[in-house]
Amino acid sequence: MTTTTYGWLVLAFPLLGTLVTAFGFRVLPGRTAGWIGTGAIFLAFLAALGALISLQGHASGDRQLVSSLWNYASTTGIDAQMSILVDPLSVFMILVVSGVSTLIHLYSISYMDKDRGFVRYFSYLNFFVFSMLLLVLAGNFLLLIVGWAFVGAASYLLISFWYRRTTATKAGIKAFVINVLGDAGLVLGTYFIFKHTGTLDFLKSFHAVESTTHPAFGHGTNNGDLVAGCLLLLVGAFAKSAQIPLHTWLPDAMEGPTPVSSLIHAATMVTAGVYLIARMHPLFERAPAAQDVGAIVGAATLLIAGTIGLAQTDIKRVIAYSTMSQIGYMIMGVSVGAYAAGLFHLMTHAFFKALLFMAAGSIIGAMGGEQSLNKMGGFRKAMPFTYACFIIGGLALSGIPPFSGFFSKDEILLVTGERGGWHWILYVAGYIGAFFTAVYTFRMIFRAFHGEPVAEARELEAGHLHHADVPRNPANGEDEDTDVGFPGPEHAIAERALPMRIAMGLLALGAVGAGLIQIPKVDFVVDDFLRPSFATAKGYEPHTKTGLLVIGLTLGTLIGLAGIGLAYRIWIVGGKELKASTAIRERTRPLYELFLNKWYFDELIDALVVKPMAVAGAFARDTFERMFVDDTLVGGTTGIVRAGSAAVRAAQSGFVRYYAALLVLGVTGVGFYFLLQT
Amino acid sequence: MSISWYLAVSAIVFSLGAVGVMTRRNPLVVLLCLELMLNGGNLALIAFSRMWGNGDGQILAIVVMTVAACEVCIGLGMIVAIYRRHLPIDVDELRELQG
Amino acid sequence: MSAVLFFLAAIGAITGAVGVVVLRNPFYSVLALVAHLISLAVLFLLLRAEFVAAVQVVVYAGAVMVLYVFVVAYVGGESDSIGERLRGVGAPGSTGSGLRLGGAIVGGALLVELLIALLGTGIEATSGYGAPYVSGPQTYGTPAYIGKLLLTRFLVTFELASFLLLIAAVGGVVLARRRGGIGEDEPEVFVPIDLPRPRDSGTIAEGVGSAPTAGARLTSGDRIDEESAVRTHAGSLS
Repeated sequence: MTTTTYGWLVLAFPLLGTLVTAFGFRVLPGRTAGWIGTGAIFLAFLAALGALISLQGHASGDRQLVSSLWNYASTTGIDAQMSILVDPLSVFMILVVSGVSTLIHLYSISYMDKDRGFVRYFSYLNFFVFSMLLLVLAGNFLLLIVGWAFVGAASYLLISFWYRRTTATKAGIKAFVINVLGDAGLVLGTYFIFKHTGTLDFLKSFHAVESTTHPAFGHGTNNGDLVAGCLLLLVGAFAKSAQIPLHTWLPDAMEGPTPVSSLIHAATMVTAGVYLIARMHPLFERAPAAQDVGAIVGAATLLIAGTIGLAQTDIKRVIAYSTMSQIGYMIMGVSVGAYAAGLFHLMTHAFFKALLFMAAGSIIGAMGGEQSLNKMGGFRKAMPFTYACFIIGGLALSGIPPFSGFFSKDEILLVTGERGGWHWILYVAGYIGAFFTAVYTFRMIFRAFHGEPVAEARELEAGHLHHADVPRNPANGEDEDTDVGFPGPEHAIAERALPMRIAMGLLALGAVGAGLIQIPKVDFVVDDFLRPSFATAKGYEPHTKTGLLVIGLTLGTLIGLAGIGLAYRIWIVGGKELKASTAIRERTRPLYELFLNKWYFDELIDALVVKPMAVAGAFARDTFERMFVDDTLVGGTTGIVRAGSAAVRAAQSGFVRYYAALLVLGVTGVGFYFLLQT
Repeated sequence: MSISWYLAVSAIVFSLGAVGVMTRRNPLVVLLCLELMLNGGNLALIAFSRMWGNGDGQILAIVVMTVAACEVCIGLGMIVAIYRRHLPIDVDELRELQG
Repeated sequence: MSAVLFFLAAIGAITGAVGVVVLRNPFYSVLALVAHLISLAVLFLLLRAEFVAAVQVVVYAGAVMVLYVFVVAYVGGESDSIGERLRGVGAPGSTGSGLRLGGAIVGGALLVELLIALLGTGIEATSGYGAPYVSGPQTYGTPAYIGKLLLTRFLVTFELASFLLLIAAVGGVVLARRRGGIGEDEPEVFVPIDLPRPRDSGTIAEGVGSAPTAGARLTSGDRIDEESAVRTHAGSLS
C-alpha cells in the first residue's frame, strides 16, 4: 500500500461512516450508529498511522507525495484536479485530527446517549471529520477551498444541532456567515496567487514562488499582489480560527453539544487557520508584511480573549475564550516562523482543550444541563475523576512543567523573542497572556469544584444524578422543546460512563506526556518530523540561545504558578460567597464591564455591518424591488403587451363586411404587387 | 371579339360582386353577390379555355358551379336557421365574433 | 353578328350584376341575378362552350336560383335602410354608409387593377380569337368532349366534387332539421338578442372588457341562468 493510498483511505472511512449512518437512519438499531461512527474514525486513525509509517519509509527528501484521482476540469490555464498531498505536515494534522476525533466520538456515545438526534449527530460529526481531513490533505487550492467550505457547513449543522433553540440557530447562522466571509477571503486570496503562479497545485505553486530563476512574484519581497493574496488568506484563517475581529462566532458556538465544542471549536476546526498559514509558508515568507499582520493579530487576540475569559460565568464560554487565546498563540507562532513550535502547540492544545471540554461536559451533566459557574460549587468530593481531569487540563493549559502545554507554549514564545526587534512586544504580550490564562483557568476550576457543595453536588454525593424537572435553555432560561431530543432527563457524567472515562483518560495521558517529545535542547521529534515540509522555510532550525531559553522557561513556570496562586487567593481563600472577587469587581467596575461585554465587539459589528446591511436590504426591498422592478419593469411589460393587444383587438369588430373588405383589399394588394413585378 | 373583351366583362362582374359583398347588409344578398363573383371567375375560365383550346377551363368551370351550389345550399340553410331563431337577418347585427 | 350578340350579352350581364348590388328588395336582386346568369350563358355559347352554357342555365339559373327564390320568399329579408336603426343595440348606422363608400372605392380599385392585369400587361394570346375551332362530334365544347375529359384526366376532381355534393346535402338536412317539433301555435319565445346580454354569460366581448353592460337584467331563460351561474368566476377574470 502506497502512502497516498493510506491518504485516500483516511478520507474514505469517515465519508463511508457519514453515508452509512445517514442512509441507515431508520434501520440502524439502538446505538449502533455511534459505534459505526466511532469505528469509521478509528479506522481513519489507523490509516493515518499507516501513512505515517509508510511516509517515514521514504527518503527524507522525498516526503512530499501527491496523488491525483482524476481531473475535474482542464480548461485553459486552470488545472483542477482531485489530488491530495501526503507530506509530514498533513500526516501530522491527520493524526491529531483523527486521533482526537476518535476519542470524542467515543465520549459522545455516552454523552448523547439519551438524545433523539443520536444518529443525526454521528452522521454530522463524521461528515465534519471527513471535511477536516479533506482540508488538511488537499493537494491544491481547489480541494482546500472545498474542505474549508464543508467544514464551515458541518460546523453550522452541529452548532444548531438542537435546532428548536432559537439561541442555537442564531449562533449557527452567525458562525456560518462569518465563516463565509473567511471563505470569500480564501477564494480571493487564491485568485491573487493563481494569477501569478498559474497553477492551483500546492507544490507547483510553491516551486513557482521559490524558484531562483523565474520567481512568480518577482525577486524582492512584499510584492503587492502577493501581500494582497496573503492578507486575504489571513482573512480566511482569522475567520476560521476565531481571531479578532472575526471571532464573535466562537463563544456563541458553545450552543452546540459539548463534544461538538470539544472537537470543532477546540481541537480541529479552529486550527485550520494555523494549518493554512503553515502550509502556505513559502508565500508568507515572501510577504513579511502579511506575516507581521498575522503575528500582531494573534498577539492581540491572545490578550483580549484572556481578559474576557476573566469575567465570563458560563463554563463553556470560559473555555471557548481560552481556545481563542491559545489559537492566538499558534497564529502568532506560525506567523513569526516558528512552524514546528506552533504545530506542536496545536497538538498539545488539542489534547488538553478537548479534555477540558469533556470534563466540562461531565460537570454540566451533573448540573442537569446548567452551565453557569454562579450555580456551581463544591463538586470535588462528588466527581473526583472529572476534577482530576480538570486539574490536569488546567495545569497543561497554564503551562506548568512537566505538562505538555509548558513545552509547546514556551517554545513559541522563545522563537518570537529570538526574532528580535519589535517582536519583543509580542514576547511580553505572550507572557501576560499566559498569566491571564492561568488565572481564569483556575478561577473556573476553583469556583466549580471548591467551596460549599451546591444542591446538585450533594445529590450526587448521595448517589443520585440531578436532572432538571423542566429542561431549560441554559443561555436564556426559556423552556426547552424536547421534540428534537435534547440529552434527556438523564445526563451523562464521566464517573458513571465508561466510554467517557476512557476518552478522557487517554486525553489526560496525552496532556501529561505529549510534551516529552519536544523538550528544548533534548529531543526534537516534532521538528525532525516536520522538517521535509518546511525545507525551504527560513529560520526553521531552532537556534535557541541558551540564555533566552533558560529565562523563558523559568519565566513561564513562574508566571503560571503566580496565576494559580492568585486564583487560589481570590477564590479559595477569599472564596466564601465570592467576597474577594466581588470586592475586586467593584473596584475595577469599568474594566469588568468591558470584559464582561466581550470588549463590545458584538455591538460594534452590529452597528458597523449588520445594521447598514439591514437598511440596505430594506431599501432594496421597498424601493428598488417594489417600485422599479415590480411596477416599472414587470408592470410596464405587461402594460405594453396589454396595450398592443388592445390595439389589435380593435380590428375584431365582428362585422363580416369589414372582414370581406379586408379580404378584397388584400387581394388587390397582392395583385398589385405581382403587377409591379412584371 | 377577341378574348380580352370577355376578360374585361369578367373583371367588371367580379368587382361588382366584391362591392356588393362589402356593401349589402342582407345576408341573402351578400350570398347573391358572392355568386356574382363566382360567375365572373367562371367567365374568365371559359375565356382562357377557349384561348388555349383545351377543355380544362370548362371542367373547372363545372366544378366551380358545383361548389357554388353546395355553398348556396349550406349558406341558405344557415340563414333559414337564423331566421327560425328569430335573430335579425342583418350581417351587422350578427356580431358574436366581436372582441 | 357575333359582335352584336356579344355586346348584348355583355350589357345584359353587367346590368344584371349592377341590379343585384343596387336593388333594395332581395327578391329583385334574385331576379337580376337570373338575368345575369342567362346572359352569361349566352357569352359561354359565344365562346363555343356549349355544354357549360347548358349546365349554367339548367343547374345554376334553374336549380340554384330556384332555391334562392324559395328562401327569399320564406325569409324575406328586410328592406335595407341603411340609416335606420333596427334595435336598441346594434351597429352604429354610420358604419354601414361609411363602408358603402369605402366598399365602392375598394371595388373600384380592384376593378382597375384587374383590368390592367388582364388587358394591359401584354398577355399576347388574348388579343386573338382563341384556338381554331373544328366542329365535329367530339370536339371542343361538346358534351362528349367534356364527358371524356371528366372521366379520364379529371377523374379525381369529378369524384371529389360528387363527394362535396354529398357533404352539402347532408349538411343541408342537418341544418334544416327541427328539434323536438314545434307546434302550429308557437308560444311566445323571447328573442335573446333583444335583451342586453347578462353579465358573465361568457361572450368574448365581455371577456376582453368591451361589452356594453347597460342594465343587465337576468333573464327567465333557464339555460342562460345556468351559464351565468357557472361562469361567474370565468367572467370576472378580465
